Amino acid sequence: MGGADSVRMGWDPPPRQGWVAPHIAAEFPGLGIAWVEVDGRPGKSPEPVRRRLRDLSDRTYGSQAIRMRERPIPWAYRVFYRQIGLDPDRIRTPVEQLALDRLHDGGFLSRGMPADALTIAIVETGVALRAFDADRLAGGLCIRDTAPGEALPGGQEIAAGTLTVADEETPIAILFGPSAETYRVDGGTRRIAVVATQVKGVPQIAVEEALWMAAATLESG
Amino acid sequence: MPTGLKPVYISGNRPVHAPSPVVVDDVAGERAARLQLRGQIARLEAELANLFGEAFGHTEVPHRVTAVGAPRVLGLGELERVRDELADRVAEAREALVERSHVETSNRELLRDMLAAPERHKWLKVSRSDVGEPGCGTWHSRPWLGPIGMLMGWWRVKVSSGCPLAGRLAAVDHPAA
Repeated sequence: MGGADSVRMGWDPPPRQGWVAPHIAAEFPGLGIAWVEVDGRPGKSPEPVRRRLRDLSDRTYGSQAIRMRERPIPWAYRVFYRQIGLDPDRIRTPVEQLALDRLHDGGFLSRGMPADALTIAIVETGVALRAFDADRLAGGLCIRDTAPGEALPGGQEIAAGTLTVADEETPIAILFGPSAETYRVDGGTRRIAVVATQVKGVPQIAVEEALWMAAATLESG
Repeated sequence: MPTGLKPVYISGNRPVHAPSPVVVDDVAGERAARLQLRGQIARLEAELANLFGEAFGHTEVPHRVTAVGAPRVLGLGELERVRDELADRVAEAREALVERSHVETSNRELLRDMLAAPERHKWLKVSRSDVGEPGCGTWHSRPWLGPIGMLMGWWRVKVSSGCPLAGRLAAVDHPAA
């Protein structure tokens, strides 16, 4: 994420740009990871956030969910899923999963913070976001493949070559998959890292907007 | 194999203890091929998404492509398989849409005939979805005045009023209220 863009959007401090392992970046131009850290702890969402979820539910219809895959950003994630061997109709992209949940539940149900902040930002922008406990991260984040014998902390070994989100010490989540339990936001979390995964076709401005929206919603809570 | 490796020449043109330039070219070529396949996958996914949206509410189109497994950099063979499966789904989806279009066209012709001469299509019911239109309405060829109309040959097409209203559905859910 460019410094100039960050200043333009009034970020202080600006979102941080992670890196992508060079051989992965060569295969997937446009792949990127960026994150912001905000003070916050999990809990019930305040009324303005829940009202915003209701407004969002009223603006989201079944037909939009069906035609979502034709829109540029959700399409870009679907394509990337295919390119890394995932079936986006089985493991849904974040925005499609939320659209499906909206149809199933009859609305975007409040699941507290930070889930509601992510829901609002993902549905509004289409960008894939996830949250980690910022205080448990060791240094910056990156997207890289796993070496033989690596595992998510506290989890089973991951097949070598699996794409992961990692900090400077260890993989902390499978890319678009489950996170290591130790890095999840839980009752002990005091600072939350909101992480955006960018793929080819997702404009930088959308990533910035998603991060800004999620962070602002979290701070409002 | 890393692309950055360069051949080491001791004398003449023979590389020693290093991959040959041909191998390096192959690696670069393979990467280019993978990029090309990913581009094809992107185009096919866009096409399939359009067909899926177009078909929704009219017919079901096959759109599933088997996942390879955990997320990783796929090899040429795996990318080809994804590309080929997507191409198959696109072809099947197009075929399903064409077939559905034929069915709807023939249903529209049938409806036109029924509206012109209901007595030739006794008791026939055509729904809006049968002719590719949204909503819940139907056209039903029925006799005027019940049995008398049947005996006299007085047939007409009755157009239903469409989808049931939410209030009426709620009343069905709570009949005692």
